[in-house]
Amino acid sequence: MASSDALLPISAREEDPLLSDVSRSDRNAETHRSRRPVKGLLAVSFGLLFIAFYVALIATHDGSRRSNDPKLESNETSTSTSRAHLAGVSEKSNGQLLKLSGVRNAVAFAWNNSVLSWQRTAFHFQPEQNWMNDPNGPLFYKGWYHFFYQYNPNAAVWGDIVWGHAVSKDLIHWVHLPIAMVADQWYDANGVWTGSATFLDDGSIVMLYTGSTDKSVQVQNLAYPEDLNDPLLVKWVKYSGNPVLVPPPDILPKDFRDPTTAWKTSAGKWRITIGSKINKTGISLVYDTTDFKTYEKHDTLLHKVPNTGMWECVDFYPVSKTAVNGLDTSVNGPNVKHIVKASMDDTRFDHYAVGTYFDSNGTWIPDDPTIDVGMSASLRYDYGKFYASKTFYDQNKGRRILWSWIGESDSEAADVQKGWSSLQGIPRTVVLDTKTGKNLVQWPVEEIESLRLSSKQFDMEVGPGSVVPVDVDTATQLDIEAEFEIKKEFLDKILGDASVAAEAEEFSCQKSGGSTVRGALGPFGFSVLADKSLSEQTPVYFYVAKGKDSKLKTFFCTDTSRSTFANDVVKPIYGSSVPVLRGEKLTMRILVDHSIVEGFAQGGRTCITSRVYPTKAIYGAAKLFVFNNAIDATVTASFKVWQMNSAFIHPYSEEVVRAISST
Amino acid sequence: MKMIKIMIIVTMAMMMGTAKSAMGNIVDQTCKQTPDYTLCLSLLNSDPRSSSADVVGLGLILVDKIKALGTETIGQINVAYKTKPMLKRELDECNLRYKTIVEADVHTAIIAIKGNPKFAESAVVDAGIEASICQGGFPEGQSPLTDSTQKMVKICDVTRAIVRMLL
Repeated sequence: MASSDALLPISAREEDPLLSDVSRSDRNAETHRSRRPVKGLLAVSFGLLFIAFYVALIATHDGSRRSNDPKLESNETSTSTSRAHLAGVSEKSNGQLLKLSGVRNAVAFAWNNSVLSWQRTAFHFQPEQNWMNDPNGPLFYKGWYHFFYQYNPNAAVWGDIVWGHAVSKDLIHWVHLPIAMVADQWYDANGVWTGSATFLDDGSIVMLYTGSTDKSVQVQNLAYPEDLNDPLLVKWVKYSGNPVLVPPPDILPKDFRDPTTAWKTSAGKWRITIGSKINKTGISLVYDTTDFKTYEKHDTLLHKVPNTGMWECVDFYPVSKTAVNGLDTSVNGPNVKHIVKASMDDTRFDHYAVGTYFDSNGTWIPDDPTIDVGMSASLRYDYGKFYASKTFYDQNKGRRILWSWIGESDSEAADVQKGWSSLQGIPRTVVLDTKTGKNLVQWPVEEIESLRLSSKQFDMEVGPGSVVPVDVDTATQLDIEAEFEIKKEFLDKILGDASVAAEAEEFSCQKSGGSTVRGALGPFGFSVLADKSLSEQTPVYFYVAKGKDSKLKTFFCTDTSRSTFANDVVKPIYGSSVPVLRGEKLTMRILVDHSIVEGFAQGGRTCITSRVYPTKAIYGAAKLFVFNNAIDATVTASFKVWQMNSAFIHPYSEEVVRAISST
Repeated sequence: MKMIKIMIIVTMAMMMGTAKSAMGNIVDQTCKQTPDYTLCLSLLNSDPRSSSADVVGLGLILVDKIKALGTETIGQINVAYKTKPMLKRELDECNLRYKTIVEADVHTAIIAIKGNPKFAESAVVDAGIEASICQGGFPEGQSPLTDSTQKMVKICDVTRAIVRMLL
């Protein structure tokens, strides 16, 4: 608010010492002349100010009138609620819960230590205790895969965020290291937030990360390893000139975070992008730099999409149109498409789109603008619980690898009681689907197969309406690869029968009632973490729906609605359609690891990660079933089930670090 | 000179008038976007800080209300241990749930509202869930905490809507 002092542009010169030599009458004449224009200037300034405030007053009243307009209001509300519903309900919804607690047989389940401790995973990355969220700065260096992550060293809830650190030779067997960066500067006093690593031409590493300053302003900071000869990169140094980037003038101080890995432009500069928003339009800003210390901001954006809200954890990288290996972030050329990915703050979904990058001006356009980044129908890496994901180029094996934060779906009371919260998904390779050209394909890194112990092969026909127990000893740590086929006679019959209505247009995993609703050609799949009587179970399944013109549309879903008796847990039905090309069988892979289930359909065209918290189907009581809930159709299932070993993730200890430093 | 003085006074009056009406509008405009306008207004207007707060400040005021109600409910739980000892098991569960609200959820909401509001949204939603779970544990009609629990759920709904404006 302007103070009245600031309004006085010129102090009236009553007695100007410079005029002291001039005669008195002259001086009077001078000062008198100088007084009049000053007075006039003041009058004009005040007049303008008066008008300005009057306009401001009208504008504020206009604002309130606008929000009174019922049509506008209801439009806004319906957009946001319909977005939430389409998106599968943003997390824990009070509405859902109230309905449940109103049902008198839904007794609150009192968590006990036995049930809670079962939930800890055997082969997913997680710290020994407390809270974790976004993956940070993943990289491969001198024989080690490095993983950093948002970590709260003090509690099982978000807060006091620092960078945790761990290393592995194979992305599966991890050793925890000391915390890499803490909030010890004014520019990251309120949080050492998410960032990414870039390898420079000389092989050294720079890390750009977001700091929340002591005034909660989001800025970008530079850090680098203290000693590049230490393959474990234990110690990190922050650049003395931090922050290197502050929010630009048109960006709010809390809408500026998560800088990406840099890539080389054809002009030989480094370029990064940072997600943000302007009103409700999600955007990605572009900066060029040669030294990571000073930057030139582009006037244009990498991309923007209206009504998508804040873009967090933006990721930008090339994929090959023809080959199935990963590409270094700086690769460009005619055989390359570029992916723009963002985590949508409003919905907690990660969305991506395939498109074309223009290096000359640092812009990108999607191949299909109807499914642009962040739109409700746009592609997602994963249709379950999966957020803040980040890729890196693994120069060791020529792969692009995807990490993602898998949060909890239970209550904070349970998290506090069990002393930890959140996992990382199993790292996945990411490539463009060369068969469709329109989507990515993800697959758990092959190193996970080193955890496979004994296996059993099954080949069976599963008749309509049947649930078949699969005899595999314990069923809490499994890797399942399966192939399904609907017998041709049933497919032909259903497609040819006009009385069987086409339902592909209306069907969705979320809204069509889950795995108990029987259709002509589905659902069929596996029920994991199920107890003997199926009172608790988590079905992972295909639903094949008849579409118009004798077409079939296949959906891949995970139904957690009956995964547990506990009612302080979110239990959504997740899923999406999955492209199935002519001649392809339906294939599914499932990783079961205690409280996390990861499903992959058609080689990873559609993926679903879920968190489940059974109270009965735990330890030895957890079983595996294969089921077919179709009304008429018989399905043949051919599958292999492996028992999975633990990854024995190593807690931090100085001896271990010394021992592995010398390997 | 007199002219100038008059103009200064008038301009300052206009400034204050605009400022006040702009601020008063923030509470009104904000509450209109929540599921319970009346409750929102009464909660915010009962706190003097609301007249000069931005949306972050309004959110913090409501988190304070959550904390106060949660603390009050814990007091009611302690009383109920003596007046309704047969409900000890259910009261124990409520004690745990409300401690989570007051210690974990409120703390997370406060720091997250200022910097990364989505974590505040999860915390506030969780607070509503904890309250519902506590309430759901009692046999029909026997809960000594019905009023507090219902109020907590409503306040959390309103608070969530306000936190979502910060996303």
